[in-house]
Amino acid sequence: MDWTALTLSIRLGLLTVVLLLPIAFLVARWLAFGRFRGRGFVEALVALPLILPPTVLGYYLLVAFGRASPLGQAFEAVLGHPLVFSFEGLLLASLLVNLPFAVQPMQNALAAIPPNLRDAARCCGLSPLAAIRRVELPLALPGIATAAVLTFAHTLGEFGVVLMVGGSIPGETRTVAIAIYDRVQAFDEASAGVMALVLLTLSLVALGVTNTLARRMAHRH
Amino acid sequence: MRRRAAIPRLLHGGAATLALIAASVASGQPSPRVAHTPPAPLIAAAADLKFALDEIIVQFGRDTGESVRVTYGSSGNLARQIAQGAPYEMFLSADEQYVQWLAARHLTRGPGELYAIGRIALFAPHDSPLRPDPRLSHLARRLSDGTAGRLAIANPEHAPYGRAAEQALRSLGLWEAARPHLVLGENVAQAAQFAASGNSDGGLIAHSLALAPELRRRGSYALIPDSLHEPLRQRMVLLVGASPTAERFYEYLRAPAGRGILAGYGLTLPGE
Repeated sequence: MDWTALTLSIRLGLLTVVLLLPIAFLVARWLAFGRFRGRGFVEALVALPLILPPTVLGYYLLVAFGRASPLGQAFEAVLGHPLVFSFEGLLLASLLVNLPFAVQPMQNALAAIPPNLRDAARCCGLSPLAAIRRVELPLALPGIATAAVLTFAHTLGEFGVVLMVGGSIPGETRTVAIAIYDRVQAFDEASAGVMALVLLTLSLVALGVTNTLARRMAHRH
Repeated sequence: MRRRAAIPRLLHGGAATLALIAASVASGQPSPRVAHTPPAPLIAAAADLKFALDEIIVQFGRDTGESVRVTYGSSGNLARQIAQGAPYEMFLSADEQYVQWLAARHLTRGPGELYAIGRIALFAPHDSPLRPDPRLSHLARRLSDGTAGRLAIANPEHAPYGRAAEQALRSLGLWEAARPHLVLGENVAQAAQFAASGNSDGGLIAHSLALAPELRRRGSYALIPDSLHEPLRQRMVLLVGASPTAERFYEYLRAPAGRGILAGYGLTLPGE
């Protein structure tokens, strides 16, 4: 069992959830309530990581954030080290691949809020910010929780992108999914088996929690 | 109303658990970049060194109290990652051309030095119908009578041991016949895993891996004559920014302690 890899994965998962959820909430709100041209295109863009091969995303990240690119050079000037093959690079990749897992549950939850409730909030003189805090956030909570659980579980399991932009550096980019791959190559089936079981359990629990939340949300309406 | 109250409660419970995990992660595993003591240097090593270098690192730790972290891969991939800025301090390549390529880009500290001439071996698991022999005659027979199964090699495009395997098959006139049977590992350790797992007849892998206890337990091998492929000139080098610990590890590999372990895995220099 590679504890460094497991704690690294958990750290990556938690940071992804913390950083992604606020951004994704705003995107979800925009998609749920906004009426604008090109919404279908934005929705497709958000959902893209669901079907895009992770290696394709990894390839573009290498191209976009590699040493040769202006973006990569800018990051290197700020961070003091290149973005690829670093924890920060993994985090950025993780934010991108998890976009649909964070946006879609929240978008569904927000879209399910009866319009008259939001109208009532406006009529009662609630400012938009207060309406978000007192009406939308509480009603969308199951969606937000689902988004958090899915994002966390999916980050733990991400492999293709991490393989391409991570480089399997212990304590830095060797996540538990990569560690399983490494351990199998080292004929260490015992460690690989334990870590695989941990990921299997976490994924099952995550799906159990999301299904429970979804049922609760369905009950309420 | 009661159901509604249950959700925040559930969420608070979840949030508390997450906070607990976060706290344990934060305290138990500080990021290497913010730790007070400098993190152990990172070493990029060709996959044929997987078992030999693990053993050397343990011995290095016992002798000096210092530690290094290692990532194994195909030499070509590792060289590309180093060129793209991966934070390695030392590189052990299975093919010196990658070291020279990095040196030409001013990414190394000097030209480094040879640490071994690699050899390849035909490995077959115990229950395989394939019998390993140095000139691959049994493999040739199975290829010609159509009974051959899968043969694992490392990807010749970026793994030196894969290239050597391809050259040996070409030297024996078996390449075209063997091609449809090949499974390619990303690096030679993965090829060895394919070869030993029983999912293939066997594989052309590094002699150093065939000598590891993990593989010896699973099958037998035959050393391929080095006249059948270009020499695998394995070169190591310190990279720019190497720390004193990395320097000491480099010296340790040149010293009798390191050389002795390498020799135990068939990794020797001419005259040793």
